[in-house]
Amino acid sequence: MTGTKKGCDRGECGACTVLIDGRRVLSCLTLAVGAQGAEVTTIEGLAPDGELHPLQHAFWETDAFQCGFCTAGQVMSAVGCINEGHASTDTEIKEWMSGNICRCAAYPQIVSAVSAAAAAMRPGADDERTDR
Amino acid sequence: MTTTTQPTGPLRPEGPAKLTGHAQYAADVPAPGALAAALVGASVPTGRVAALHTAAAEKAPGVAAVLTAADLPRLRPQSSPPLGHAALPMQDDAVRYEGDPIAIVLAATWEQAVHAANLVTAEYADVTEPLMFGQAEPVPPDSGHVLWPTDHRTGDVEAGLAAAETVVSARYTTSDRHHNPIEPSSTLAEWDGDRLTVHSSVQTLTLTQQTLAGLFGLDPEQVRVVCPYVGGGFGCKGYVWPNTTLAAAAAKAVGRPVRLTSTRAQMFTLNGHQPATRQEITLGATANGRLTAVRHHAVNATARGEGHFCEGAPVAAGWLYASPAIQTRIRVQQVDRPNPTAMRSPAEGLGLFALESAMDELACASGIDPVELRLCNEPEVDPTTGKPFSSRTLADCLREGARRFGWERRTPEPGSMRDGNDLVGWGVAAVTRETNRAASTVRMRAHADGRFVVETGIQEIGTGTPAVIQAVAGEVLGIAPARVGIEHGDTAQPPGSPAIGSMSAMSLGSAVHIAATELGDKLTAAGGAAGLRTAGIDYLEVEGRWDPDEDAARWKDHSVNAYGAVFAEVRVDPDLGLVRMGRCTAVYGAGRVLSPLTARSQAIGGIVWGWGQAVLEKSVLEPGRGRFLSKNLAGYIVPVNADIGDIDITFLDDDRHASPIGAKGIGELSAIGVGAAITNAVHHATGRRIRDLPIRIHDLL
Amino acid sequence: MRPFTYARAATVDEALGALRDPGTRLIACGTELVNWLKEGIETPARLVDITGLPLAGIDVSDDGGLRLGALARMSDVAAHPTVRDRFPVLAESLHRAASAQLRNMATIGGNLMQRTRCPYFRADVELPCNKRLPGSGCAALDGGDTSSHAIFGWSNDCAATFPSDLAVALAALDATVTAVGERGVRRIPATGFHRLPGTEPARHNELAPDELIVAVDVPAAPGASHYLKVRERASYEFAVVSAAVTLHAEDGVIGDARIALGGVAHRPWRLPAAEQALAGIALDDPAGLRAAVARSFTDARPLPGNKFKVELAQRAAVRALRTAGGVQ
Repeated sequence: MTGTKKGCDRGECGACTVLIDGRRVLSCLTLAVGAQGAEVTTIEGLAPDGELHPLQHAFWETDAFQCGFCTAGQVMSAVGCINEGHASTDTEIKEWMSGNICRCAAYPQIVSAVSAAAAAMRPGADDERTDR
Repeated sequence: MTTTTQPTGPLRPEGPAKLTGHAQYAADVPAPGALAAALVGASVPTGRVAALHTAAAEKAPGVAAVLTAADLPRLRPQSSPPLGHAALPMQDDAVRYEGDPIAIVLAATWEQAVHAANLVTAEYADVTEPLMFGQAEPVPPDSGHVLWPTDHRTGDVEAGLAAAETVVSARYTTSDRHHNPIEPSSTLAEWDGDRLTVHSSVQTLTLTQQTLAGLFGLDPEQVRVVCPYVGGGFGCKGYVWPNTTLAAAAAKAVGRPVRLTSTRAQMFTLNGHQPATRQEITLGATANGRLTAVRHHAVNATARGEGHFCEGAPVAAGWLYASPAIQTRIRVQQVDRPNPTAMRSPAEGLGLFALESAMDELACASGIDPVELRLCNEPEVDPTTGKPFSSRTLADCLREGARRFGWERRTPEPGSMRDGNDLVGWGVAAVTRETNRAASTVRMRAHADGRFVVETGIQEIGTGTPAVIQAVAGEVLGIAPARVGIEHGDTAQPPGSPAIGSMSAMSLGSAVHIAATELGDKLTAAGGAAGLRTAGIDYLEVEGRWDPDEDAARWKDHSVNAYGAVFAEVRVDPDLGLVRMGRCTAVYGAGRVLSPLTARSQAIGGIVWGWGQAVLEKSVLEPGRGRFLSKNLAGYIVPVNADIGDIDITFLDDDRHASPIGAKGIGELSAIGVGAAITNAVHHATGRRIRDLPIRIHDLL
Repeated sequence: MRPFTYARAATVDEALGALRDPGTRLIACGTELVNWLKEGIETPARLVDITGLPLAGIDVSDDGGLRLGALARMSDVAAHPTVRDRFPVLAESLHRAASAQLRNMATIGGNLMQRTRCPYFRADVELPCNKRLPGSGCAALDGGDTSSHAIFGWSNDCAATFPSDLAVALAALDATVTAVGERGVRRIPATGFHRLPGTEPARHNELAPDELIVAVDVPAAPGASHYLKVRERASYEFAVVSAAVTLHAEDGVIGDARIALGGVAHRPWRLPAAEQALAGIALDDPAGLRAAVARSFTDARPLPGNKFKVELAQRAAVRALRTAGGVQ
């Protein structure tokens, strides 16, 4: 699996963000041996093959990425951001998504994507997954 | 026509690939049997390698070999450009800059190679105190990077200044900066006899192919370069740098595939940087603000010797404003540093910080509104060449931007606008950029099953080129853009445009337009896809090529530039010296917008790049050591999401002269002028004129 | 990084036992240690993972104080209702540190074990740095870049600053670091946990090689409090300077205030002279606040690159006092 990217190798860019037991963390600072027995979710595991998670869908719709290299980390971080309850306002999303550098600088679109996905992922919202 | 792009429109075709992690970047290509490589860089800035101690590295776990200069094939000299640095790495014992590669460690894994590389030690001789920017004589640049006249004069500047009612004159500086794409450079090189295949993270497939062929004494057909996706470049993967060269050389030396992936620290020395500049501007104007003289002199730091990079910072002074006298001068200081290179945005990106700051100073000195001052200096024709403008949208951009931003509510007195304890400042800058173009070719097929496919040797670097191809082809053929499949990223395909200098959309788009037009005609003649099926034909294929030189009648008799106006609101905490972005409004006349969604993203990205230039980004090249101080993303800070306020983007206009499809470039344009808009806003907020970027806390205390 | 072996400790005693081997380092979530391994700042032969130790509690004592387990994650402490309600300075210092991902990983004990961000200490190659290689010199003081360096408490051997936000808040709160070692339990004041460089810059803090942080205790009732972090970038950056204050005030007049500054020394820098002078000063008297704060700056010793910190730190202290006191 090569979806998770190494950008800085020092915990300074966020490109390698994955979920470990549901929490967003930086894989470049995580020893694999230390994660034994934990559930690791990478971008590849976010949605079944051929489908998009609501966040992936929202990133696509809002053009919240350009070169795509930080994107897996942004999406995984956004999953954490929403699950932690830090996606209620644009200001809050900006702060809680600041651990992911996007050098192409799709920041406003990332805020839009997280905000839209947070609404779609709210309990009771329609299942927005599509296979487009 | 005014087109305000909102986040709607056809989506990027590569979206799902990037969003699911399946898009394959250079370092993702499976390479069973390849050795992982790591570079050892010189720890001194000058001199030569007297001894290399490799025994410890050779004994380290997983290490297959440690290569020194003597182990590598001798390469044939190439110029810079296309090389990033004319001096080829690891061809002799010379050290040209701190970080210059002196050894390559090959191991089973990247981690093992990096560890072993740290075990290699070197002794150096003839190390001298590095010459720093400011210590060398400014001289006219003399290399293939000089794309502009180094000395230009229209009219009599001294006479213009003597006749002026108001004269402003100041020196402005910009800092060394680093591109820092999030993807570090990576190359997988594999030889099959005398044929070389590289998967490399580069902005220029054909250029890389030709350069590698030249270095290794091959025909270009013997070299295949593959790169469908690039994880950002911003100029630092535009030319051919040691990551690509040394991977190929090491693979040849050991007869095995080699993958070389740079560390983040190496991205600070082996892929160029934007050089610091010092610029002097003098403007003279009549009492009512009409310019009587413009003088813009610039000097940038560069490497010593052949192929030294030069910035065309003053070029826009040649066409931006009407003035009877315009003088520009470009100089470089050749000092001890790795060669700089183009970085978003070169030339005007540096020069307009100075020129548009000076215009604001002139506005303040003359008591004229900054927007009005620019409007009253609109030229009828290009003041330097006398050519008509292909289109001239600056005034429209200024007026529309002022309207959208609410400029009429601005009170001119510095410090007069407040929000609680914050000082609020509104600043404006004009934006312009010359247009670049390159020959591009695409192959296009209409299949009997109804599919359309475009093949071209371009890489997707984030600018949205596949979306542009779909949009152009879809419009010509009258089909939904998403029906157009795209195969790209391989020199085996027809050569597309390099992804540099904001030229892809118009160059490649024009080739697609030509191909789609011909294909559509042929398909209609054949009775459409149904006709192909009836006739038992699998597909129709055409090749479309646009060569700007052959199409020169369209543009060469015109001054072809893109324009814009950027308005910035800053909030300054005067106690703590903090400046934060409130909002930004930008209006661009960049020709026809082909893909509204990706164009808007490009423009937003450019504004954020401007914020980085204005407020955050500075690399320190240390005196004495001649090395960059912080080669990491904690010490070299770039914008994060929380830095960015509301950004409003609008595109205007169409330009039939720029290219057959009326498009110009957006990527470079949008990072230009932002720095001046911000420092002008800071002046409006605080009364402090910041002439040295980036603005730091201590500048505002 | 140099190859190492890896083991897990199940109990504090096992962890302490592992420390008997000088080639062993304990690792919690690795946000600092893994970087040191990559840069070659540390080259242990063995890592012992302590994340399985039962030290992740966040407990409120009967008297209203806090006991933060050494392995409690920064994000969990920041989100704890009692921390947010009664110890804003603590929650704010944690929220403003690093990024969400790093706060999800990093522990309270690990945070205190950070090392300086001095660019020479962190360089990709070994440069003169008495913290990294004792006796090699100090590149910063030897004509180098001193913009991020100390204005208090530095020596001729080292002028590095200590980067933690949390430590600054703990110093203002008069918290205590509890460590255990072979010789038993030791309680170290947070104000003195980190060491000024003196002639031994390579000793970063007071933790002995055979000791392990198990908890941090925060006394109850700090009053109003606030953490102000001043930085160029709006988020995800170490402080240029920072100020943590706690405050008891009545009718807008300070009764008792505590101030600790970050980014100015190699330990959170308390301002005892200022704290004494602040009693009786009104929060809406900026000049009075500034004069009181200035009492602690008479011995500031700025370096060529950081003269601005003397002014900035005083302004930050005044601002933090006013914000804590609810005065804009």
